[in-house]
Amino acid sequence: MAKITLSGLRHSYLPNPTGPEDYALKEIDLDWDDGGAYALLGPSGCGKSTLLNIISGLLIPSDGQILFDDKDVTEVPPDQRNIAQVFQFPVIYDTMTVFDNLAFPLRNRGVDAARVDARVREIAQMLEVVELLDMRASGLSPDNKQKISMGRGLVRDDVNVVMFDEPLTVIDPHLKWKLRSKLKELHQRVGATMIYVTHDQTEALTFADQVVVMDLGVIVQIGTPVELFERPAHTFVGHFIGSPGMNVLPCEVRDGHALFDGVDVPLEGPITGTVGTKAEIGIRPEFVSIGRGGLKGRVRKVADIGRHKILEAVIGESRVSAIIEGEIPAQGEAVELKFKPEQTRLYSDGWIATEPAGD
Amino acid sequence: MKTQNQKAWFFVLPVLVLVAFNALIPMMTVVNYSVQETFGNNQFFWQGLDWFEQLMRSDRFHAALGRQFLFTGIILAIEIPLGIVIALSMPRSGFWVPVCLVTMALPMLIPWNVVGAMWNIFTLPDIGLLGYFLNHVLGVHYNMTQDPVAAWVTVIVMDVWHWTSLVVLLCYAGLVSIPDAYYQAAKIDGASNWSVFRYIQLPKMKQVLTIAILLRFMDSFNIYTEPFVLTGGGPGNSTTLLSIDLVKIALGQFDLGPAAAMSLIYFAITLLVSWLFYTLMTKDDTK
Repeated sequence: MAKITLSGLRHSYLPNPTGPEDYALKEIDLDWDDGGAYALLGPSGCGKSTLLNIISGLLIPSDGQILFDDKDVTEVPPDQRNIAQVFQFPVIYDTMTVFDNLAFPLRNRGVDAARVDARVREIAQMLEVVELLDMRASGLSPDNKQKISMGRGLVRDDVNVVMFDEPLTVIDPHLKWKLRSKLKELHQRVGATMIYVTHDQTEALTFADQVVVMDLGVIVQIGTPVELFERPAHTFVGHFIGSPGMNVLPCEVRDGHALFDGVDVPLEGPITGTVGTKAEIGIRPEFVSIGRGGLKGRVRKVADIGRHKILEAVIGESRVSAIIEGEIPAQGEAVELKFKPEQTRLYSDGWIATEPAGD
Repeated sequence: MKTQNQKAWFFVLPVLVLVAFNALIPMMTVVNYSVQETFGNNQFFWQGLDWFEQLMRSDRFHAALGRQFLFTGIILAIEIPLGIVIALSMPRSGFWVPVCLVTMALPMLIPWNVVGAMWNIFTLPDIGLLGYFLNHVLGVHYNMTQDPVAAWVTVIVMDVWHWTSLVVLLCYAGLVSIPDAYYQAAKIDGASNWSVFRYIQLPKMKQVLTIAILLRFMDSFNIYTEPFVLTGGGPGNSTTLLSIDLVKIALGQFDLGPAAAMSLIYFAITLLVSWLFYTLMTKDDTK
């Protein structure tokens, strides 16, 4: 168990990187607290797997350091870091039994047989695979294979961190939920730091206490799922989290007021700093409602997704989504939309630029 | 109600005709010869299973069969491990991959009798590159037209040179199909190089290795052209493998009956060994 510190981390896959565009990771400074459940969330190619491989030691970063409990491990090979990693596709040793698979990391480290046996059985019990222990691992179903991969990570009780690299990609949808809650439960029982890489917001938000959102090799925001949802620090987070994502509407700022389609839109609080070249209003569809005296628009599309309806309206030249329960105007009709002021924020050049509503 | 018609037969017909002319009819001709005696003039006399009985008691056949198994055993024992080692040491990516692959494929592209002729000239004691080097530079007495051991060594080295590439290419194909995650997981699990080979690489190569061994067994067991061109079966009968002996009986002595009986036994052994081997190797997979 250890606290993991990343300091000034940069990585490029090119031999002679010149500009920032050559870097898959640009300047990462981050602390992972001991025993935390973290998710690393971002679109494909944002650098999250690179970051994971650097922590596990499969990659050595171009610049910067990784510290485990203040000890520099930047150049230490993976097997000496005491970490575990679960990969996208289940890695199992086909010719071995499930028991031998789980015992493999312990036996490689010379743990005595009695201890191996006890530990393997304990982990098998946690994963609910006890009855599979004597089976050949090659005959297992994908979800059981992935469970065994996880088990191999958890079987050592001295691991500093367990990392999951999109581990549910190959699992059937109805089993995803089960495995995900299993993981959450394991985290509580084992108490090891866990880092879960995914591009699926549901997976990230259900698993983690803290979500790290990445884009283009940069950490955009770190926060609890609620924080990320309610107050995205960047329009990217607003877009990426939520379904549909946050409405981001180009606006004009005049005398501390945001004008959208020529109408003054009340914001959560005063605007901070000077607004850059690009000013946008951000409001989640959940906080847009139909009501008299709102912004005037026309309904472009209505989607009924069961629990509620998603309305897409055109106001001026922008499209605004709203999540509506109950009666909904038909396509092509005029509609008036109201934004909940305490959830309406201003973004300057992509970054949040309003003070939160007064506490 | 299911409609029934006989159209399907027309679709199978081409294959049936092909197999008939390609395998069944020639094979039945051989079966026909194997139970008869002929003195030419297209006159045949019924002989029953006499040829088979004689053959089973023939020292000449036993000796040729023994040499054949020895040869196949030796080349498999060399080519399979050597092929695996070469495949393991080949680069997985980058500039050198095509270079290695083409270099490896080259020996297999050479016609078989050219391989025999090449090695024949290569090993001539006074003018061949290898023969001259061994005799006149290293001072080793080497003449495969006189020394049976030298002849055997030459035939084996030639076959290894010619066919190890096949094993290499098949193993390499098996190796490159292993995802990186396996190696990364093994690294994290603290596996030694031997464990990586034993538990990741070898199992992933098992299927291609089965095919490689099967192909090399069948090819080497039926080998004719290269040793025939290289040594002609000599010195004496020392490198007379089964097929060379068979051709001697069939075309040299024109004993069609015994030769036909021998072909059938030869075929049966090849088939039996291949079938046994394949069944044993794939037994686990179907479970």
